[in-house]
Amino acid sequence: MQSRSFARAVFSVAVAILCSALHNPAQSSPNAPSPSSALSIPESQLIQPDALIHLLQGAESAKPLVLQAGSRIFFAESHIPGSVFAGPGSQLAGLQLLQSKVASTAKNQLIVLYCGCCPWNRCPNVGPAYKQLRDLGFTNVKVLYLANNFGDDWVKKGYPVEHGL
Amino acid sequence: MDYNSNQNSKAASRFNLGTGLLLVFLLVPAALHAAPAPDALLHKPAPAFVRQDLAGKPVDLKAYRGKVVLLNFWATWCGPCQLEMPRFTSWQKQYGSRGLQILGVSMDDEPGVVRKNVSKLQVNYPVVMGDERLGNQYGGILGLPVTFLIDRNGQIIARFAGEADLNAMEDQIKRLLDRK
Repeated sequence: MQSRSFARAVFSVAVAILCSALHNPAQSSPNAPSPSSALSIPESQLIQPDALIHLLQGAESAKPLVLQAGSRIFFAESHIPGSVFAGPGSQLAGLQLLQSKVASTAKNQLIVLYCGCCPWNRCPNVGPAYKQLRDLGFTNVKVLYLANNFGDDWVKKGYPVEHGL
Repeated sequence: MDYNSNQNSKAASRFNLGTGLLLVFLLVPAALHAAPAPDALLHKPAPAFVRQDLAGKPVDLKAYRGKVVLLNFWATWCGPCQLEMPRFTSWQKQYGSRGLQILGVSMDDEPGVVRKNVSKLQVNYPVVMGDERLGNQYGGILGLPVTFLIDRNGQIIARFAGEADLNAMEDQIKRLLDRK
């Protein structure tokens, strides 16, 4: 009787593990991007430079809050006009700064995150920053897709920039 | 018709004046901050700098005149940089006696993490902390890694951005080392 209960329990646990693996393939696959990788950000949440420019030139009410989640030095060199330095997403201090920057922001406000420190698949900052904002309950977060880096994909293409902190 | 045309012309000149002032307002500060285009640095003298290394010792680029210098902008959070640095360390050991000097410029915000990283990777060449001023002098460092190859006369010979072909870079270093 006892061994039958034990077998039933083992079977239930095995089924639960199998179901969980089937329902969440991203976690079970060895090739799934780590949550800290930019590749973990859903494609539907990416925004291209042209589309961001369009938003920035549009009506005031539709303008996004643009946050740079990368290096302070890079921000001081060049950044998107009106954007706010929010700290590198790969560091705890950066995530804390990010949290403070959005403390009084409405949860449905359109927020655009960007970094551009490294090629997209190597960027250590935007993945954790995106996750942090989602975890904080922000529902309208986009991430600027910069394939190579901010210099190549924004500055060299002639998009507007500001300098300094 | 004339009245309208006159008004249009006045409005147009007001617009032009306004646009002109706006452009001056926008472009003058931009020009003051503007970094030279990265390619404009090629075959020109490498911008001079004096910085302290992580141990507080001064590093003056001018002092390396007569050597082949590989100036590498990097950061602790930059994946490709971390892959390159052990190779640079081996080149410093292998070609140092032939006149190669590697210099690292960290674009990290804080030196603490840089010290740990340099110690972990057993970096055997000077590393200084960079900033936006140095970045702008070198054409705007807005993505990492970026590496400059400087000849014995202090001229920039090549600029490597992103994940560079390290074998090609090594070949170019060897060719420069052969030139006395």
